[in-house]
Amino acid sequence: MERAREIAKSIALDTQKFIEKHSTISIERTICRLLGIDGVDEFDVPLPNIVVDHVKESGLLSNGVALYLGNAILHTNKSPQNIAEKISQEQLNITKFPLKDKRETREALFSITEKNLDIIKRNRQRREELIAKFGEKKEPLIYLIVATGNIFEDIVQAQAAARQGADVIAVIRSTGQSLLDYVPYGATKEGFGGTYATQENFRLMRAALDKVSEEEGRYIRLTNYCSGLCMPEIAAMGAFERVDMMLNDALYGILFRDINMKRTMVDQYFSRMINAYAGVIINTGEDNYLTTDDAYEAAHTVLASQFINEQFAKLAGLNEEQIGLGHAFEMNPELENGFVYELAQAQMAREIFPDVPLKYMPPTKYMTGNIFKGHVQDTLFNMITILTNQRIHLLGMLTEGIHTPFMSDRALSIENARYIFKSMKDLGKEIIFKEGGIIQRRASEVLSKAYNLLTKIEKEGLFKTIEKGIFARIKRPIDGGKGLDGVISKSKDYFNPILDVISSELKLGGES
Amino acid sequence: MGGGLYSTDKKEFDKNLDLTKIKPYGDTMNDGKIQVSFTLPVEDGEKATFAALELGKKMGIEEPSVAYHVSLDQGYTYFVLYGSLKHSIDYTKIKVESVEIEAMTMEEINNFIKTNITRKLVVIGATTGTDAHTVGIDAIMNRKGFAGHYGLERYEMIDAYNLGSQVSNETFVKKAIDLNADVLLVSQTVTQKDIHVSNLTNLVELLEAEEIRDNIVLICGGPRISNELAKELGYDAGFGPNTFSENVATYFVKEIHNRKSK
Repeated sequence: MERAREIAKSIALDTQKFIEKHSTISIERTICRLLGIDGVDEFDVPLPNIVVDHVKESGLLSNGVALYLGNAILHTNKSPQNIAEKISQEQLNITKFPLKDKRETREALFSITEKNLDIIKRNRQRREELIAKFGEKKEPLIYLIVATGNIFEDIVQAQAAARQGADVIAVIRSTGQSLLDYVPYGATKEGFGGTYATQENFRLMRAALDKVSEEEGRYIRLTNYCSGLCMPEIAAMGAFERVDMMLNDALYGILFRDINMKRTMVDQYFSRMINAYAGVIINTGEDNYLTTDDAYEAAHTVLASQFINEQFAKLAGLNEEQIGLGHAFEMNPELENGFVYELAQAQMAREIFPDVPLKYMPPTKYMTGNIFKGHVQDTLFNMITILTNQRIHLLGMLTEGIHTPFMSDRALSIENARYIFKSMKDLGKEIIFKEGGIIQRRASEVLSKAYNLLTKIEKEGLFKTIEKGIFARIKRPIDGGKGLDGVISKSKDYFNPILDVISSELKLGGES
Repeated sequence: MGGGLYSTDKKEFDKNLDLTKIKPYGDTMNDGKIQVSFTLPVEDGEKATFAALELGKKMGIEEPSVAYHVSLDQGYTYFVLYGSLKHSIDYTKIKVESVEIEAMTMEEINNFIKTNITRKLVVIGATTGTDAHTVGIDAIMNRKGFAGHYGLERYEMIDAYNLGSQVSNETFVKKAIDLNADVLLVSQTVTQKDIHVSNLTNLVELLEAEEIRDNIVLICGGPRISNELAKELGYDAGFGPNTFSENVATYFVKEIHNRKSK
């Protein structure tokens, strides 16, 4: 186990060398946002996109957008927002000013940076205060999804779910948002299979959940998706609005959304840094491997990926309590002893990662539309969570695969989970697994396969491994997928004082 | 005795199966028993229960009985209701148009290709023209698929290439030639002023100009596409909403096999 962890670390460090040499257009847009640039032009193009494209067109983005924004502040004495507006009206070209001394530029940005990072710090503090005030729940956190497409309808659903017992509300994003190379603006009422992640939507939902938190005397956490082409931007927007958890996993985007691996690995690093800084718990997406691959056969790929994800998370400054490693209850119900193997997998994850909040996903692949059997499948899943102390429990729905949940579907599922969690509360502590029994043998088989896989990945490098289709049996070419043209090689003069500030506050090594 | 579930003073009804008047079956022929569950946007209480029963009657449920009701949230109540449906259906009068082709499963499709075509098929998909929506093509192509139906990328016997959105017809045709494609899938989700029609026709013209139209199974799909429209525009087939990868793949493997055996 310790050796597996060492190998995973060396894999992450190897990839990190590539990451540190690069930036992306979304990272540069995030810098704009952290400098307070927000809003859209008359064609709904976000100003951060306009500013970054403006510098990119001059071929100077490899120096970092902060260099030109800071320099423009020195020359014009205007705020970044003001400068962005002028650029959008084509009244200003910030790459034309003669460059002033870098130290001066840094100072010009310093107070703005500090003010905006302070908002994030205060949000983190506020969360800690609220959790201290209401008390932190010891039992698994019940995580529920809303997905109406309309933020105002989502709020009705989310508040109902929270009152019924949900501890975490995730607002599913509109299909395809991960492939947009910009973040939509404002409150949105239309989406496909979900609701657009926008800063205004974050704000509205956070306020609605704060209200229920007060009523219920429990802190209700809000979750969104820091994945796709705008990973770091969404991290920043979430940090500004006190989003508490973020799905944040480059591998998911590479495999399931065909996002270019270079792009998203670089994006992931900065987005995880921001999440670390904001006190956000990230959720990784290993559970998804099991929806395309066989949950029994591919169990070791999940474990190997968890080892790697843990190391990437630590490199970005996340604490153990912020690393929500994902896995799922997805074995075929026809499999003999399927429950026993699921139990082995969950117990193994718990023992290998004792201090991380494991994110456990419900059955989806073998949900048939037979809602009555589905309710039983969810019950078995609930049992494993309480027996093995999974922390973030995404509640299964009896109507999975039929429609996005009705209010009553959620209520029935919450009732089910609460019943199991209460009725079996301490059962896990009473159980010792038989020496050399099925569970122990299964766990050591999965661990040793994961170890072998990690050794192979270390030899080939992570990018090559993904090209070969080891995870989820999906092959992705290194220069394929979406978003490659947004990857930027940093010049030797690359300037990003915000990254430097966050790095030093997170006590990260390696960054200039 | 009380009404509802445990009533013993039931009205007499014919207990023989009559296909001209079929009804739901509980435990006695023609008892009409059904269960319904639903939520009403009102506070739980006697008044809410009464409303649920009245609604049951309007649905055609005789002697409705609320087996369970519970408050879900302020102003929302959930009901489980049982009763006997008074409606019946004349089963002998029902005519259903048989579905054109029964979709095979992913495994059956792979086996079909192995046995009948004996090589991997190359399938290229894209959302062409100005349309930026990849929802449709992703649902068919992406490994994760849609609603539990895996996309073509997962098919062992298919080499699937998803070019994404806003692909020009020229790029698409070039790719088709480079990869020696067997099947082209074109998705059109959102269009204005029927621009999708001219865009779709333009692709056919380009393929004909390159003299590869006949080597390719050409398929389009989207919410405003029907099979009739597709054929009119010179496509081999068109698929509307609620189509999964299996439907599309079943069609093209059979089409390729048919062409081969001609």
